[in-house]
Amino acid sequence: MAMQTVTTTVAGLGMREFTGGSGDPLVMLHHSFGNPGWMPIHEALAYHYTVHALDLPGYGGTDGSERPEWARHPRDLALLVGQWLRAKELGPVELVGCGFGGWVAAELATMSPELLKRLVLVGAAGLLPENGRIYDQFLVSHSNYVEAAFSSTEAFEAIYPRNGDESEEHPLGDDTLVVWDMNREMTTRVGWKPYMYNRRLRPLLGGVTIPALVVWGDNDAVVPMECAHAYVEALPDARLEIVPDCGHAVDLEAPESLAAIITGGEG
Amino acid sequence: MFLSYFTEQPMSAYPADEGLKEGFTSVMFSNKYYDPVEGSRLFNERIEEYKLADQVGFDGIMVNEHHNAPFCMQARITVMSSILAAITENAKIVQLGNPLPTYDSPLMFAEEIAMIDMISKGRLISGIVRGAGQESVCLNANPAYNRERFNEAHDLLVKTMTDDGPFSWEGEHFQYRVVNPWARVLQKPHPRIWVPGVFSAETIRWAAQHRYPYISLNTPLHLTGELWEIYDQAARAVGYEPGPENRGYLLRVHVQKDGDKARENAREFMWMQGEFTGIGHPYWVSPSGYGSSARRLDYAKMANAEVRGSRAAPFEQQLAAREIVAGTPDEVIAELRVVLETCRPSILMLWGNDGDVNHDDSLRCIELMGTEVLPALRDIGDELGLHDPFELDSPISLALTPPDELNPIESAADERPEDTSDSRSLKMFR
Repeated sequence: MAMQTVTTTVAGLGMREFTGGSGDPLVMLHHSFGNPGWMPIHEALAYHYTVHALDLPGYGGTDGSERPEWARHPRDLALLVGQWLRAKELGPVELVGCGFGGWVAAELATMSPELLKRLVLVGAAGLLPENGRIYDQFLVSHSNYVEAAFSSTEAFEAIYPRNGDESEEHPLGDDTLVVWDMNREMTTRVGWKPYMYNRRLRPLLGGVTIPALVVWGDNDAVVPMECAHAYVEALPDARLEIVPDCGHAVDLEAPESLAAIITGGEG
Repeated sequence: MFLSYFTEQPMSAYPADEGLKEGFTSVMFSNKYYDPVEGSRLFNERIEEYKLADQVGFDGIMVNEHHNAPFCMQARITVMSSILAAITENAKIVQLGNPLPTYDSPLMFAEEIAMIDMISKGRLISGIVRGAGQESVCLNANPAYNRERFNEAHDLLVKTMTDDGPFSWEGEHFQYRVVNPWARVLQKPHPRIWVPGVFSAETIRWAAQHRYPYISLNTPLHLTGELWEIYDQAARAVGYEPGPENRGYLLRVHVQKDGDKARENAREFMWMQGEFTGIGHPYWVSPSGYGSSARRLDYAKMANAEVRGSRAAPFEQQLAAREIVAGTPDEVIAELRVVLETCRPSILMLWGNDGDVNHDDSLRCIELMGTEVLPALRDIGDELGLHDPFELDSPISLALTPPDELNPIESAADERPEDTSDSRSLKMFR
């Protein structure tokens, strides 16, 4: 399916998206390690929606969305996504947020629900687990963290092929490493502490009355499953879908399953 | 010459095999291996050694601060500085340095520095540092804003020391509705500020631009020429001619009457596999956003390479390169002459004892330094024209230099890219 790269200026910042498909608008927000491109999940959803895979401000490398130097919290990114939706006159949209992008999506839902038709949270960060702990990327290498988002090394390598010589110390491509590091720097700028949660989010979720879908991989090793239940309890109109044999990055590891869940089984 | 004593104050009494098994000895290396009974002994031995260093004629005693690692027991630089203020009489207390960005209150440093300066009767040198990235991880200070926080905290610290309160501070990273500490520095306008580092071009330039001496931390001798070139160009660009008074050097030096014994003890500098900040991962030592973006690819490759263990050069090689100097007083004096001739610092920090060197040997090393090495170094310093900031009464900073004494040479500005030097220091502090 044809895909375009579009950049829209919001608050003085160029914000990049990959867009394609037809139908009602659906916006996808990526994990903290970034969106690797126009992926199978985008392709699958593009049969049903006009998909906008947005690079969050400061993410996507030198060709991605520009960094807001002033941003200090994921809420600042949510505000910019809201401004971007208004600038493009896209709303109300289906908003799908994965991992860190799920946290940004949830924040946007609390501040501008009128921009959204439905909120889809996939392994979303944002809430402090009561028992478990959100896996801390700042204590491990970039590649170890991203690999932890998949249920197996094979699933990780299907998205991030080790395209160098296996005997090399760093078999992943230079471009991937640079973009990962730029994305991690941006995550550091807005999310160093408290790590991947906002105590002021949960009380506000009660006011988000639009339909919500919470999707979790049953092998999520990054955000504990209890956070899925916490979102379902806090959001007035939410239901939970669990994807079997899948890690944290459901969008990358099980795109067909996720697309089917989002489209109501029409996938 | 300004001659100072230093030790990292190692927590040497930990099970090294556990560190080897883990593959790292910092940040996440469990403190279940920390024995406070041994900690108490080690602290008190170091305190006795500092007293001796003060008595035998050192001009200064250098202290520092690190976290979550056995290589350094000093978790708070101002605590050890305070103790030195009370138990020593003559030596200056050389803080290298107060890790400004890793704490949320520069005002706390201003108050503590003022107290220490008064209690020590004006013997404080209040050096400042960014702190290595792993200190940001340990104290949970955002590493992406480390340099911004360092710059702002410095400005606030200097203003607090020099200006009368109350005033307010509304910065990007620090805000105070009232800055008005009832503790003022004794030395006017303020204690000297020195800046240590291994080899970060950005920090070298920053120090030169403020006319603060840069204390090169055991940087390989053959690189110091390049280091001072960066400093000198930045100094000339802001209008002053730098000299040895702007240069400091920290070197690992161990002395005993028996040269072989000295060299055997000096092998302790290689403890923890010779990595004097402990074995850590690159993503702890330099978290994303901490270092220069110009070397992002090199950094990302290193961070994802999963190389375990030490990258330190073997002991004999470091001895040959004079990165470690050990022997009898005469042997050491001869070696240090070469160091002084090559590096030309007026400030020399003698890192005397590390690892498992026992208390008695440490005391003997300090004694021999005081009675034999220091007098010889002073003579060599005079011969080579290595006059320190106190001898010359040189300006404390660029801000405190009379404008008519400055002659900026714009063409002197250094165009060298940032990346080369930063990646070098990263390799050293892996």
